[in-house]
Amino acid sequence: MSQSALTISGVDKFYGPIDRGVHAVKNLTMEIGKGEIVALLGSSGCGKTSTLRMIAGFEEVSRGAISVGGRRVHTLPPVKRNVAMAFEGYSLYPPLTVRENMAFALKAARLPKSEVDAKVASIAKLLEIEDILERYPSSISGGQQQRASLGRALIREADLHLLDEPMGQLEPQLRAVLRGRIKHFIKERGLTAILVTHDQTEANALADRIAVMEGGVLQQFDTPDQIKERPANLFTGTFVGEPPMNVFEAYVATAAGRINLKLPDGLSLDYDKDAFSAPVRDQLLSRERVVIGIRPYAVRRSKEGVPARVSANQWLGDQTHIAADFAGGSLVLVEHDRTRLDLGAPINVTIDPKNLHVFDQASGKAISHGMELA
Amino acid sequence: MEHTSLLERILRGMALTLVVIFFMFPIVWIFMMSFQTNETILRIPPQLIFEPTLANYTALVTGKLMTAAGTLDIAFMRNLWNSVFLSVTSVAVSLLLGVPAAYAFARHKFRGSEDIAFTLLSFKFAPALLVLLPLTLYFQKLGLANTYVGLIWVYQLICLPLILWIVRGYFEDIPADIEYAYRIGGHSWFATFRKIALPLAGPGIAAAGLLAFIFAWNNFVFALVLASADKQPVTVGALAFITSSGIQYGQISAAIVLSITPTLALALYAQRYLVEGLSLGAVKG
Repeated sequence: MSQSALTISGVDKFYGPIDRGVHAVKNLTMEIGKGEIVALLGSSGCGKTSTLRMIAGFEEVSRGAISVGGRRVHTLPPVKRNVAMAFEGYSLYPPLTVRENMAFALKAARLPKSEVDAKVASIAKLLEIEDILERYPSSISGGQQQRASLGRALIREADLHLLDEPMGQLEPQLRAVLRGRIKHFIKERGLTAILVTHDQTEANALADRIAVMEGGVLQQFDTPDQIKERPANLFTGTFVGEPPMNVFEAYVATAAGRINLKLPDGLSLDYDKDAFSAPVRDQLLSRERVVIGIRPYAVRRSKEGVPARVSANQWLGDQTHIAADFAGGSLVLVEHDRTRLDLGAPINVTIDPKNLHVFDQASGKAISHGMELA
Repeated sequence: MEHTSLLERILRGMALTLVVIFFMFPIVWIFMMSFQTNETILRIPPQLIFEPTLANYTALVTGKLMTAAGTLDIAFMRNLWNSVFLSVTSVAVSLLLGVPAAYAFARHKFRGSEDIAFTLLSFKFAPALLVLLPLTLYFQKLGLANTYVGLIWVYQLICLPLILWIVRGYFEDIPADIEYAYRIGGHSWFATFRKIALPLAGPGIAAAGLLAFIFAWNNFVFALVLASADKQPVTVGALAFITSSGIQYGQISAAIVLSITPTLALALYAQRYLVEGLSLGAVKG
């Protein structure tokens, strides 16, 4: 990571006239090191694909600058940027076979035929498309087209590999296998890759760092662990993680050496003052209202604790997802054993303050994660 | 198909026969007339059996028209050549101008692009006769009246909007990402246009070109007003068969057969490619 492979500084994207059109990407700044795999994660319309297409040169940069390997590229045509891309819509050339599609860019780079053949063979093996190399794009399935398109991007030697939803069409088993192989392939060759995805499992599995985007704004750019454990704001907290984080508004009250987080419906989470670290306690006490977030894995059932009522109970084969009516909303908890609970059954839950994420009520910014300040 | 009853098949056959007779009858009748003399054509009732003669074709090819009042010179072969030359050149010029323009309209939305495209289309709205009068005056001033250049120019009114709008639709149907994939692979936009966009829109370009050719070939009024005898296409040239001593039905029929042959042949030839191109699924995701 000594060298920067991609620098995006202060980039805005407007569709339509600047400052009046649709503001798809807002003041985006990020730096990606050489050999890094970065995932742009977000829901549809969050600006992740716009960002990718600006890097590739298919969309104009309305404001700001993009550099690849230290070269400013945002005014160059795509051909001069030296990036490779796998398209969400595959975009294979219909008159060419899968093999020709993959070999295409290499032939343009005037590589000897034997080398081209060897590369195509190795990539085809990696992606398990050896048996369809001689077929035409229109005669193969969506998943096969997607792998061919991915192969066409990976086979090239470029400063940057851009992968737009590279595995969306694949079956789950194959996806899991290919994720591992592709990551190994990219790391082994020291390639730098940016993938756009709305699948957080894919982002977690492949990426060194994840950039979470929403509403055209970069919400957080960090390692998968950090994003999970220390979400920068309410959006990242609830967006990343499966099942999503439980979120409740709470009033902070103190009484007799205890801190009460008063929830709707007259419920409250009651903690000893010393259960929190000093800085977190100070932060909590300086506020009247906060938003608390609890991961489903951190909710425990216990004899004493706050009452809730089971509203759904799903055994997923390896874990149980229990949803319960709680504090005017719904609380989801995950248990690793098969739990038999009827609908409407009363349960009591406790939440360890170590697992409490606290967010600012107005801005949604994280205040603390467990015992540490954000 | 396997569930159709006998009755259904018979009815379908009859319906098809009726349709074919309805559309083919004029052409077949003209074809038969072209091998008859005026006398046998005008016989009442008309006869299906006659002694075929090649006199009509000979007259057309030699350019000597025998009438009751004597021999007339007709320039039919010249007209045929004019038709071929005018139509082919017009379509070629239209393709040269229209295809890149269609690509630009399909791929680049710039200020006023829709307006320009619509203006080009609107050329087809104006009644030809309305345009012709001022055009004739301009052309006479400019020295373009009765020249091939002038005619080809005016023929652009027929061909260009047609090609532009049809081909534009085909370009729009090609996913832009296919072109992006090619460009990011290290090719300029012009190479992308030539190697990706043009071949993929090929069937559409062929269809538009063919249609434009037929329209140009069938044009009558522009050539009638703007061209004199030696520049006239067959459509106008056929007027020469209405002579002072009567209408030469046999020769007219022969002329029609000769003049529809090229378009018919072209349509039959291109049809194969059109169907092939469309069923290849070039535009399928």
